[in-house]
Amino acid sequence: MNENNSHDSTAAFEQALKSSQDQHYTLRLYVIGTSPQSVHAIANIKKICEEHLQGRYELEVIDLYQQPQLAQGEQIIVSPTLIKKLPMPLRRIIGDMSNEERVLVGLDLRPRPK
Amino acid sequence: MTNSKPVSAARILLPKAPTGIQGLDEITGGGLPKGRPTLICGSAGCGKTLLAMEFLVRGATQFNEPGVFMAFEETIKDLTKNVASLGFDLDSLVADKKIVLDFVYIERSEIEETGEYDLEGLFIRLNQAIDSIGAKRVVLDTIESLFAGLPNPLILRAELRRLFRWLKDKGVTAIITGERGDESLTRQGLEEYVSDCVIVLDHRVCDQTSSRRLRVVKYRGSTHGTDEYPFLIDEDGFSVLPITSLGLQHDVSTDRISTGITRLDAMLGDAGYYRGSSVLVSGTAGTGKSSLAAHFCDAACRRGERALYFAFEESPSQIIRNMRSIGIDLEPWVNKGLLRFQATRPAFAGLEMQLTMMHKTVNTFKPEVVIVDPLNGFIIGDNETSVKSMLMRLADFLKTKQITSLFTSLTAGGAPLGVTDVAISAMIDTWLVLRDIEIGGERNRGLSILKSRGMPHSNQIRECLLTDHGMELCEVYVGAGGVLTGSARLAQEAQEQALKLTRKQEVERRQLELESKRRALEAQIEAMRAEFDVQEAEAMKIIGQEQAQALQLVLERAEMGQSRKADR
Repeated sequence: MNENNSHDSTAAFEQALKSSQDQHYTLRLYVIGTSPQSVHAIANIKKICEEHLQGRYELEVIDLYQQPQLAQGEQIIVSPTLIKKLPMPLRRIIGDMSNEERVLVGLDLRPRPK
Repeated sequence: MTNSKPVSAARILLPKAPTGIQGLDEITGGGLPKGRPTLICGSAGCGKTLLAMEFLVRGATQFNEPGVFMAFEETIKDLTKNVASLGFDLDSLVADKKIVLDFVYIERSEIEETGEYDLEGLFIRLNQAIDSIGAKRVVLDTIESLFAGLPNPLILRAELRRLFRWLKDKGVTAIITGERGDESLTRQGLEEYVSDCVIVLDHRVCDQTSSRRLRVVKYRGSTHGTDEYPFLIDEDGFSVLPITSLGLQHDVSTDRISTGITRLDAMLGDAGYYRGSSVLVSGTAGTGKSSLAAHFCDAACRRGERALYFAFEESPSQIIRNMRSIGIDLEPWVNKGLLRFQATRPAFAGLEMQLTMMHKTVNTFKPEVVIVDPLNGFIIGDNETSVKSMLMRLADFLKTKQITSLFTSLTAGGAPLGVTDVAISAMIDTWLVLRDIEIGGERNRGLSILKSRGMPHSNQIRECLLTDHGMELCEVYVGAGGVLTGSARLAQEAQEQALKLTRKQEVERRQLELESKRRALEAQIEAMRAEFDVQEAEAMKIIGQEQAQALQLVLERAEMGQSRKADR
């Protein structure tokens, strides 16, 4: 799993950059129970999504305590982890999402700082 | 203040999880600390992953302790393929729910850090894996990869500390591997967190031969061997070589076995070597060390015992051919499976590799007799100390197995006999010295017993001859000119023979003379006796006449009286 072929992902990335303004986002947030970090992360990402991706995103919040078997399948070791499934490329945004700039970079909504 | 310290009734020993790895359990006194994490560190390619994997596989197959392998570096596919070469079938172990393999994929470029995080995901994942098969053992290989994959080392450190504590609470025996750092044991200083047991693996090249070593740096709550032990990775996995008998407590046998040479048996208290003893045959080049070894081999095979011959100079066929020339045919024993040759160049592998291979062959072939011919082959360059320690281990190992071992050792021409081997002499029970005796323009072989523990033995030097029916020992002459051997001995023998002959003739002559004297005397006696007889006869005759006359006289007187009618 997650073995993106590099040539595929490069092409997809360029595509994604061009059309990121109107692409549909599939996001999954993995949290652990109701820890403060989880609560923060959920609140933060919801706010960011509403501000930047209104109407074109789909966010699923998954509690690993409820579904521990998902941790292996989705290669989660860090919590909270937000996985950007679509658009390509796949990206993992870790932490409590308090740094909005970085979240936006991770979502390819901002260019990566040089 | 009262000193009422509670005295523990019985010493509680630290519970240990056996690794099943040959040698490692002996060094650690039973295995790794049960229910605690152990750190294994070493540089790249020194076998950390293999050690960890073997611990897990052996736990699952031999000790009924299922295990979880969490890989951070290799994918499951690669890992399975890599350890298949050691005979571990991970696929079937996974199918049998004995082992769970989990590859943790971390790609730095995919990750964007946006704030505080923790490793709870890893905990959950590990917990899930452990609970799915009821695992008792866990391997994290190499957890330090997290530092490369995840930002913010401060958080990571705190989380790792929590992870190790969690593992302890969970009661699993864990192995954590770590890359060797420049100054510290591991790059990220993991040894600060995992402090119950630390094992360092090392892989070094010395004189172009590589050797792997293992050292238990720390083992909390237990005694352990602290030396560097050589280890080996081969098709059967990991094996570590400890000195097998740290306490010198092997059983000894009073059983004696023949040397293969009757005269030598006689020199050794009429019975030969003790079973399970170590014998050293040292001598200069060409003095018949290998022949002596071949005799011993032959004798063992004749008794129906197995003999293992480690040859480091000659190939098996060469040995067989050469021994045939002195009337020992080893080939039938090889065909019968009683004799096995293992011939390698000493330079073929490092010392440890050699020693481990020897251990393994001994363990599989189970011989009663082991020959190492010669020991010196191992000494390349400056490695004499390691050779000695290796031999010590080998001799000890064979002794504990009650295997009689015979080592040959080549002494340099000029070196005084017995000096070069002093270091190994301590572990040798019977030491035979073969030497060149140069006298009268020729070289001959002499054999003597330098020492033989626990038996009366001859202190004589014997000359040994290599004949077409084996090695023969004969008396040497010790005279004013020293020991006589070879043709000098033959000359001496001839001389003595001549001397003996003349003496014999002299005696015979004297006896003859005496005989004739006696005869002359007897003749004389005979003559005198004859003369005496004649005289005696004559005297008797006269005496007879005299008596007759006297009687006549009486008769006449009586007649006269009667005629005169005389009264009395």
